[in-house]
This record gives sequence, C-alpha cells and structure tokens, in this order.
Amino acid sequence: MQIDVRVFATLRRYVPELGVGETIKMDVESGTTLVEILDHLNLPREEVKIVMRNGRQADLDDAVQEGDRIAFVPAIAGG
Amino acid sequence: MPKKILRINMTDKKATYEDVPEKWSRWAGRALTSAITFDEVEPTCHPLGPNNKLVIAPGWVTGTPAAPSSGRTSFGGKSPLTGGIKEANAGGLSGQKIAKLGLAAIILEGHPKDGKWYTLVLNRNGVEFKDAAPLMGKGMYEIDEILGKTYPNTAIIGIGQAGEMKLSNAGISVNDSENHPGRYAGRGGMGAVMGVRGVKAIVVDDTGGPGVEIADKETFEAGRKKLTEAILSHDLTKKGGGLPSYGTAILVNIINEAGGLPTRNFSTGQFEGAAKISGEAIAEVIEQRCQGADSEGTMGHACHPGCIIKCSNVYPDESGKHLVSCVEYETAWALGANCGIDDLDYVAQMTRECNDVGLDTIEAGNTIAVAMEGGLLEFGDGAGALNLFDEVRKGTPLGRIIGQGVEATAKAFGVYRVPTVKGQSMPAYEPRAIKGIGVTYATTPMGADHTAGYTIAPEIAGVGGKVDPLTDEGKADLSLTFQAATAFIDSTGYCLFIAFPILDIATGWAGMAETVAGVTGMAVTGDDVVPMGKEILKMERLFNEQAGFTSERDRIPEFMREEALPPHNVTWTITNEELDQVYSWVHNGS
Ligand code: SF4
Repeated sequence: MQIDVRVFATLRRYVPELGVGETIKMDVESGTTLVEILDHLNLPREEVKIVMRNGRQADLDDAVQEGDRIAFVPAIAGG
Repeated sequence: MPKKILRINMTDKKATYEDVPEKWSRWAGRALTSAITFDEVEPTCHPLGPNNKLVIAPGWVTGTPAAPSSGRTSFGGKSPLTGGIKEANAGGLSGQKIAKLGLAAIILEGHPKDGKWYTLVLNRNGVEFKDAAPLMGKGMYEIDEILGKTYPNTAIIGIGQAGEMKLSNAGISVNDSENHPGRYAGRGGMGAVMGVRGVKAIVVDDTGGPGVEIADKETFEAGRKKLTEAILSHDLTKKGGGLPSYGTAILVNIINEAGGLPTRNFSTGQFEGAAKISGEAIAEVIEQRCQGADSEGTMGHACHPGCIIKCSNVYPDESGKHLVSCVEYETAWALGANCGIDDLDYVAQMTRECNDVGLDTIEAGNTIAVAMEGGLLEFGDGAGALNLFDEVRKGTPLGRIIGQGVEATAKAFGVYRVPTVKGQSMPAYEPRAIKGIGVTYATTPMGADHTAGYTIAPEIAGVGGKVDPLTDEGKADLSLTFQAATAFIDSTGYCLFIAFPILDIATGWAGMAETVAGVTGMAVTGDDVVPMGKEILKMERLFNEQAGFTSERDRIPEFMREEALPPHNVTWTITNEELDQVYSWVHNGS
C-alpha cells in the first residue's frame, strides 16, 4: 500500500535528494510501523522528536494505513 | 552605582535622573514597564492623550558581560490597539546600551506644546533634545542611515511614518547589529505612543557609561555557565541546530502539517503553498543567491551582539544583497499563508515595507487578509498587497485605515471573520487546532499574543512535555503556567527562545534564575519563576480591569465557535467558565 512521507528541517540532511516541499512516496506492507519507516529512511531515532500521522501526533509503534500522510519532525520551535 | 530612572518630560523638555523607588526595586524589563504603567498611567486615559506614557526598560541581566542572548528591551504603556496594558519587547542594540548607561528604565511623558518633533540623544552626560525636522516623513531605513552617520555605534530607536500618524498598528524599531531597522517592539501600537510624545527617534550612546553592576559574581557566573551549556547542547538552539539553520520559519511546514497554519484569513488550517514560504525555502534562496564573497544574505544571524542562538536571517535580493532582516515564521505566515501568497520575494518585500513604514508584521498581514476577504483585493495578490504599504506611507485614507489594524479594517470592509482578542489580531497558530495557545490568546492581558504563553512548546514541539494540541483538557492550567513563566523571562532581558532549551534541561532553568540572583542580589531560584511571573501578571490584569475590561473580553471570536476548521474540522470548544478560571486567582488568592 502507498503512503506519503514528509521529512522536515534538519532531518532533511539525511535525505539530501529530497527537494523543499517534496514528498517521499513509499510502498509498504500492511502492518508496517512508523519506526520501521524511520529506520528505512536512515533517520537517526534520537533526532526525531515528533512523528505525525495525518496531522496528529503519533507513536513510533503505530502501524500505518493505506494513504497515510506521515511526517518526521526534529527539534523545532520558534515564535 | 545603583541604577537610575531617567524621566524625560517632553512638555518642558526636561530630563531628570531619579533613584529607583523601593516599590520598583525588584523589577526590570516587562515587570518594570508594567509596574510603572500600573502606578503612573491612568487606566482609563486615552492612549493617545497626555496621560499615557512610554516606558522603556532593559531586563535584569541585559548589559552584563556574556549573559547569552540577553539584549531585550521592553516597551510598555497603554496600548492604542487594545486599550489595555502593553509590553512589547525587541532585540537589537538598545537594551544593552540603555543598561550600560546605568538606567533601569526611561519614562517618556508629556508632549511638546509647540507641536515640534525631537530626536533624543542619550549619553553619559544626559539627554540632548535635537530638532527632528530633517527626519520627518522618512522611513526607518533612511533614519537609521542618517542617524548612524552622525552617531556611529549607537542604538537607534525610532518610528516610521505610521508612528508619526499615530496609527494603532505603529511599532517601534530598534536597529540591529548592521544598523538596519527590523527588530521591532511591534505589537499594540506603541509607536503611536512614542509619536504622541513628539519623539521621532532616540539615540543611545553608551560610551563611558557606568555599565551594569553584578551583586554576586560567583552566582552569576555559575548560572551563566549552566544556561549557556543548556542552549549550546539543545538540538534546537545549538550550533547547526534548527533555529540557527532555518530561523523561526522552521515552523511553517510543521504547523501546516498539524493543520494549525491559519490560511486566507483563518478560513482553513493548511496552506498548499506552505513549503514555498518555509524556513527550508528561505535557506535555499540564501544558498542560491549568496555564493559571492560580498553577499549579505545569511541564516544564523544574531539580532544583537552576544546572542548565541542566532535565529535571525538576512533575506537577500536577487543579487545577494540585504533586502530585509528578518523573515520570521510570523512574517512568512502573516504576509504569506494568511494572505494566500506563496512567493517569498513578495513576503520579504512586504516585511521590509513593514520595517520601513513602522508597522507590526503580524497585525499588517492580518489586516491585508481581512481586506482581501472584504473584497479590496484577491487572496494571493502579492503585488496588490505590496502596494498597500505605500498607501500607509503616504497617509491616504485607505492607508490610514490599513494602518489602524484588523478591527478598523474589518469594519471598513464589512468583514465578520475577525481574528482578534482585545482588539489585537492573532498570530500564526490556529486556536481551533491548537487549543492551549487559544487560551493564551483569550486570557493574556496583552490581547491575542503567542509569546505571552507559548503552549506550542508542549503542544506541537514536544518541548517541556508532550500534550495533544486538539484536546481541551488541562489547557487552562498549561496556559497560565506558560504565561507566568513568560512574564518572568520577559523581565530578565533574555530572549524568550532560551525557554526551549531550559524547559528540557533543568540545570539551564536553574542557571537562568541564578544569573538574575547574581546580578540583582535577590534570592531568586528556579522555583520563584512562576510565582514572580504571577505577580507581574496580576499588575497587568488589574490595570486592564481598571481600564474597564471584564471577563467578556477574554473570549475567542464567535466565528471560531461557529465554523469548523479544515483539515481536522474542529471548532473552538473550551468553555467560558474554563477561560475564566485562568485568572480567577487574581481575586481569590493564589
Ligand atoms: S534568538 Fe533570535 S530573536 Fe533571540 S536574541 Fe537571538 S537572534 Fe535575536
């Protein structure tokens, strides 16, 4: 099944080919968890502060579903 | 030498140095501007009348050697925009220089009966009242350049044309390390309060000033070390971390992802063009345009000497030269997503116009968005939006309406979707999608203001805990704790962004308090931050009550209860009773 993955800010250093605003389209098996996707993309776990699934906070152990929009977020804040 | 209060009376052009009275001796920064406003400004006075004052105060640790990122200056008084008490603080050069002149605060009062305008030059010998005629009608870029030539290496505080016209969205500019305008005490129209005093600019020359005394050097040094370590080890604020790499606009994509990026005048929570105005996109523009050795665009810019976080940027024009500093998250959002504009160059040019004419970018972007909804121009019309700033500069009737901010503009154009609380428009976080920040907007004495209680830290960023942004539970308490801690940090002189590392790293929190204890000699620890913050909030709250504010002013606008916000399709659901709980302690003990 297909999912969309977004990687933001300092985490983009680990996916240098990804342009600003671009999405990684991934084909994954059902039951795949967010942490497996994170490992597959070689994102260092300690740098991933927040994971979002369809705009909501998610846990790394959550399994994805068809059409999910996933985002990996490092330490961020601002004003 | 103990610090002094410098009272400048513009009616008789007299400057007097006063001892700091006992009742204000504990305070600095926001606490001091609010205490002086509370004691000396009639709450029911007209903000543009003779009984309002402009109070300027650096923080407790501002001007001390090597306290990291601590150059803030607070500007306070009664706000023409909200009609309540206001503290707006800015980075830039002013705080350190005012502090090094040995001043706890400057109180600007009265107004010239002859209708003349003045530039005040503050140095160790006193105050000179210079005729400001050559500066009149000019914007802040020119003013900083002219004054910078006559008074090199000084801080320049000034107002653009908006402040001259006493518009409710007039901000106060402070020059940055390169003597450009752009570090703004933007919110609440304090530029108009300065204009009423007949003061176009204030030059601060700290040469030979006494400097800031440190009561207990050992405690100060120990605290400074802990705080610096926390800042330099946190992923957000360390070298190469999120803020120096992408600036505050690092948030554009993430808040958009969370469905909380107000778009097209708060009609939806996601903007299809978000990535194009994000911190990542700004970094890319700088990278592309600034290859040459004489390029000026940069990320990781410090708004004043001694900032070790460096969240600021210099956005370059096509040739790599300075166009504006800085494109913040709030500016990218207000002048971008909220107006349906996805072109960074337009956003940057409009930011420059705000900095030049002297307008708060948040209020300006919201005002344009409301005007777009009212049919003055189309959403997404960057060129049309940019032209509006010239209308303000020239003082045309349309420009004066726009310069009054969102509520006046909404009335002029018959718009119902008005995203304000207490007359001040909301910043870049949708309260329907991020509830805690909505509680802050509704209840802070400042009017809708994210910095007054930044619950985004736990609700979105996972800083200082992790809380679901979409739920109502616990948000009233969360907001109050953040509001109180913020009131304290706003008084230290530290940039609020030190809050992120020290919320996660406990030694940093303790270190911050120790630096305050070290400078002042007061027995302050990390445990005092929230209680002292509440003392400050209480003064502000009571001022507003005496100005006629009731709990009905602590409300989120009606349309947010009526209209569901995509993509989560949520309305504002926190009850009025819960909102009224946030400040119930003011009259019921703590
Ligand atoms: S972190 Fe940013 S806003 Fe704060 S003092 Fe440094 S450059 Fe200025």
